[in-house]
Amino acid sequence: MKRVYLDNNATTSLHPEVAASIVPFLEGLYGNPSSLHWAGRDVRIYYDRARLQIADMMHAHPEEIVVTSCGTESDNHAIKGIAYGNSEKGGHIITTAIEHPGVLNVCKYLEGKGFAVTYLPVDGKGQIEPDDVKKAIRKDTILISVMYANNETGTVFPIQEIGVIARERGVPFHSDMVQAMGKIDIDIHSLNVDLASFSGHKVYAPKGVGALYIREGLAIDNLIHGGHQENGRRAGTENVIGIVAFGAACEIVKREMRSEYNKIESLRKRLLEGILERIEDVRLNGHPTKRLPNTLNLSFEYVEAESLLMALDMNGIAVSSGSACSAGSTEPSHVLLAMGIPPEICQSAVRFSLGRENTEEDIDYVLSMVPEAVKRLRSMSPLYKK
Amino acid sequence: MAQGPYTETVMDHFMHPRNVGEIEDADGVAEVGSAACGDTTKLFLKIKDDRIVDAKFQTFGCSAAIASSSMTTEMIKGKTIKEALKITNKEVMDALGGLPEIKHHCSVMAEDSVKAAIEDYLRKKGRG
Repeated sequence: MKRVYLDNNATTSLHPEVAASIVPFLEGLYGNPSSLHWAGRDVRIYYDRARLQIADMMHAHPEEIVVTSCGTESDNHAIKGIAYGNSEKGGHIITTAIEHPGVLNVCKYLEGKGFAVTYLPVDGKGQIEPDDVKKAIRKDTILISVMYANNETGTVFPIQEIGVIARERGVPFHSDMVQAMGKIDIDIHSLNVDLASFSGHKVYAPKGVGALYIREGLAIDNLIHGGHQENGRRAGTENVIGIVAFGAACEIVKREMRSEYNKIESLRKRLLEGILERIEDVRLNGHPTKRLPNTLNLSFEYVEAESLLMALDMNGIAVSSGSACSAGSTEPSHVLLAMGIPPEICQSAVRFSLGRENTEEDIDYVLSMVPEAVKRLRSMSPLYKK
Repeated sequence: MAQGPYTETVMDHFMHPRNVGEIEDADGVAEVGSAACGDTTKLFLKIKDDRIVDAKFQTFGCSAAIASSSMTTEMIKGKTIKEALKITNKEVMDALGGLPEIKHHCSVMAEDSVKAAIEDYLRKKGRG
């Protein structure tokens, strides 16, 4: 059976060049990069180069990068690090209703510890209003956290404008850039952020590695205490294979992102137009233009998303309902609910997220399968009256 | 073929559901669940001399919900209403070869639909 993977926002395949970059560590290089002797030094060279590659991808200084285990650890480090480091100044955090659980549940945890949190609303297109951020800032606000692009809808947020507001008011600004990385340009200094989270496995590196950008001079507590690794900012023996792979992936992002994403965006358009031509009562969720090039979130009305996902899976097509982190739960997506979409339409939302390996042939195969699956499920649905 | 968290029987009833549709002159009808919560099912029963002679369903829900409805209609057809009322969600799950824990509620919805449709029948009969 043909297999088509359209769940690249959940994770991506390993890029062949990334895979090649880690081979030396599977075949002999084993030193601890913190060791002074030859075994350590042999590895250190790779390690330092990888940090440079990660920094280069976002135009940061290498000292501003802390390597972590994943995007969620980066979010935890950024938010808890600021909260615990600045708690004597007060404890108010501003975030949005549509953040990834890596941010949202950290904020909820801190609420339980006595911090106050404002969850900013979004409009029907999933967009946030920078003016709302300005209005929400209080005397005791210690952090603003707004993602660059939403993982479920692909909506891209006005980070630069929010960054200007944060800087004017002297409030540290964190942005979860896990989904933005590799899909849109990230010039970290011009975006006015103080902290930014990244993840390797969303950009064709393996799972188990991420990064946190910490602007030079920003005061922040550590999350993981122990040894002196990562310039004393993140303890634990370095994940050498992970960081080398992440570095290689960042180099590819820098080299290929623009041309890759022109291709991916045209495939996404082909998919959207093809579906709208063939199927009635389909809604596009998210912003029509301010969006990631690869992400399509559609509600197929009268059909429950999990059943459509399983029906497509039977035909070799991998898509997602809601985000992978909340899949398996029957709760409708918190992102779509925050956009004011009725719950039953949220239950019908399927996410198609494209990647570098997708072809026109893949899209045409999907277009040949989706209409039949939707038709079959609608014929069983008590909500469908046509 | 078993798929993801589901047994072969669940996938069979999901891909090839039995007794989908409506019965126009049904003797008992019930809709339980709600689309806003993720699942809703509508069950139609044709009943003769207190015996279920036909059953059809429509379900908006996940594959487990569709399979549970399908299996339930198979289990109640030919049974007396007294026998049908005794069918539990556990028996529906067992017939499906099991459901993942977070999908147990789908079989509960199927059981509830049988009870509600029979109640509807008894109410109509009582009035007649």
